[in-house]
Amino acid sequence: MSTYLAARRSADSLELALKGEWRALRLHEIGAELTALDFTGVRTLTIAPQDLVLLDLSSAWRLREFITGAEKAGVTVSFRGALPEQLQVLDDALARDPFQAPPGAQAHEFHLEPVTELGRYTVRAVRDARAGLAFLGRVILAMLAASGSLKRLRPASIARHVYDTGVNAIPIVALIAFLISVIVAFLSAQQLQKFGAEIFVVDLVTIGVLRELGVLLTAVIVAGRSGSAFAAEIGTMCLNEEVDALYAMGADPFELLVVPRILGLAIALPLLTVIADAIGLAGGAILCRFLLDIPLTQYLHRVSESISPWTFWVGVMKAPVFAMLIALAGTYRGLQVTGSSRELGRLTTVAVVQSIFIVILADALFAVLFMEINI
Amino acid sequence: MPEEPRVVLEVRGIVNRFGRQVVHDGLNMQVYAEDVFGIVGGSGAGKSVLLRTILGLQHPQAGVVSIGGRNLAQLTDAELRAVKADYGVTFQGGALYSSLTVLQNVQFPMIEHLQLPLQALDELAMLKIRLVGLAADAAQKYPAQLSGGMVKRAALARALALDPQLLFLDEPTSGLDPIAAAGFDDLLHNLHRELRLTVVMVTHDLDSIFRNCNRVGVLVDTRMEVDTLARIVDHPNPWIQAYFHGERAQAREAKHGA
Repeated sequence: MSTYLAARRSADSLELALKGEWRALRLHEIGAELTALDFTGVRTLTIAPQDLVLLDLSSAWRLREFITGAEKAGVTVSFRGALPEQLQVLDDALARDPFQAPPGAQAHEFHLEPVTELGRYTVRAVRDARAGLAFLGRVILAMLAASGSLKRLRPASIARHVYDTGVNAIPIVALIAFLISVIVAFLSAQQLQKFGAEIFVVDLVTIGVLRELGVLLTAVIVAGRSGSAFAAEIGTMCLNEEVDALYAMGADPFELLVVPRILGLAIALPLLTVIADAIGLAGGAILCRFLLDIPLTQYLHRVSESISPWTFWVGVMKAPVFAMLIALAGTYRGLQVTGSSRELGRLTTVAVVQSIFIVILADALFAVLFMEINI
Repeated sequence: MPEEPRVVLEVRGIVNRFGRQVVHDGLNMQVYAEDVFGIVGGSGAGKSVLLRTILGLQHPQAGVVSIGGRNLAQLTDAELRAVKADYGVTFQGGALYSSLTVLQNVQFPMIEHLQLPLQALDELAMLKIRLVGLAADAAQKYPAQLSGGMVKRAALARALALDPQLLFLDEPTSGLDPIAAAGFDDLLHNLHRELRLTVVMVTHDLDSIFRNCNRVGVLVDTRMEVDTLARIVDHPNPWIQAYFHGERAQAREAKHGA
């Protein structure tokens, strides 16, 4: 009936023959059989290990727990024949280090006290801000140092980043620009039709896409694509000690890894914005033609009337600034990675969230600035 | 030997090719119970590919791998899972899970395969951590905070988590200083004696081979020459001669007077 034990009772003594294979993988069943034993009235316990086929270390530990438990309950425990040598190995291993096992809960420390938590958070935020400022300083120094010679600017590396972050992003950027202009046109057409002012849909699409939406959405997509890629690439290099190797060879990781990414993205993002603007206007034209029956010639005429000399440039001018912010956030978080793969994932997420946030923040500041100077 | 020893691991007729490059062509090896079997070979001779083939991480073009007399290719998923719980593996770089502490790393296979209460998991894992000679305070550290020797020991503790009878070690002493390497060899020697393990180790370390291994398989020309340690050193193959009697080997012999 039982696989691992054979118990024989006589008056106040219990003889326990161990049998079968006592293995770690069967620990659950072994434990169940041991706890099922009835100890009431038992004074002496004799353990006979002769029939054991196998006793591994984990089940020896379980046996020892059982014996300790029985002794605590006032039962005298003895072995028939020799003590299994695994128990000896176990005792040796435990004797090697007098330390007591630390409680497992220590690994999961939770700080739930609000004041402590607030203080911790503040200190962390201040440190983070200072580290960010130091990072920015080092980037500027590296840029100044590199701007002296074409070789140190690494044109090949910049070209690769323009390709990766720019050329490869064209399809998705174009698609998003098309869809967003369609959305704006559709939304405004619904409202403006009430006043019979459908023609102003063209104004809204043109100004909206050129000034704000084209560049902003392109920046958000690029932050998601390239900001994360920068953080993950550089973070993996940190984990592989590749960044340390650069330092050790006297090469500056800022010059090699950070500056080309910033410059590459600063070139790619304005170009992507121009593409997004063009596709956005085309999308508007298609919607106006089929939804509002505004022919293409009239659409183009209205477009050229609605824009001021600055409308296009206001949008495109913002692109290199957004690019630098995205690249800075990505490379900064990438270089912070230490230790584990979890840290890499966390910092990549932080890089994306922060770059999108600062892009939108910067766009708001630009809006105020342009309003103040009336363009 | 009075009786035929039990075969724990058998590799028969393994063929591994990558494109035109032939790594193994009809490779055979047998590991008996309680052997410490050393796999030796030059860089690029296919030691790691062989180990990956045995572990089922690499599918050979032909050939059979049997563990405990069971052909791994013919097992169901559940049976394969049971076989895998029966052996422990350490990888060259340790391959500890970097987001878990040493304690959690050792507990990981236990949680996967055993149904035990948390406290028992803690105590069993601590037992394994002490068994490999790590201090108890190392248990709460993350792999990035460990030294090279500690990583190897922690990896061994994780490999021993389920009390396997069979242990695969990939270059267990590489990257360690001679003292740490000797310490690891002693540990392995003791564990092999105490726990009656069967060990298959890929290694370059002559000291480690002479300290631990009783049988050695040398990968030469896509095949394997297997023999006892005492006999393989006299094998006529030039690579084996150079390996066991080259300059470094002689320096070792001079040092040990052996």
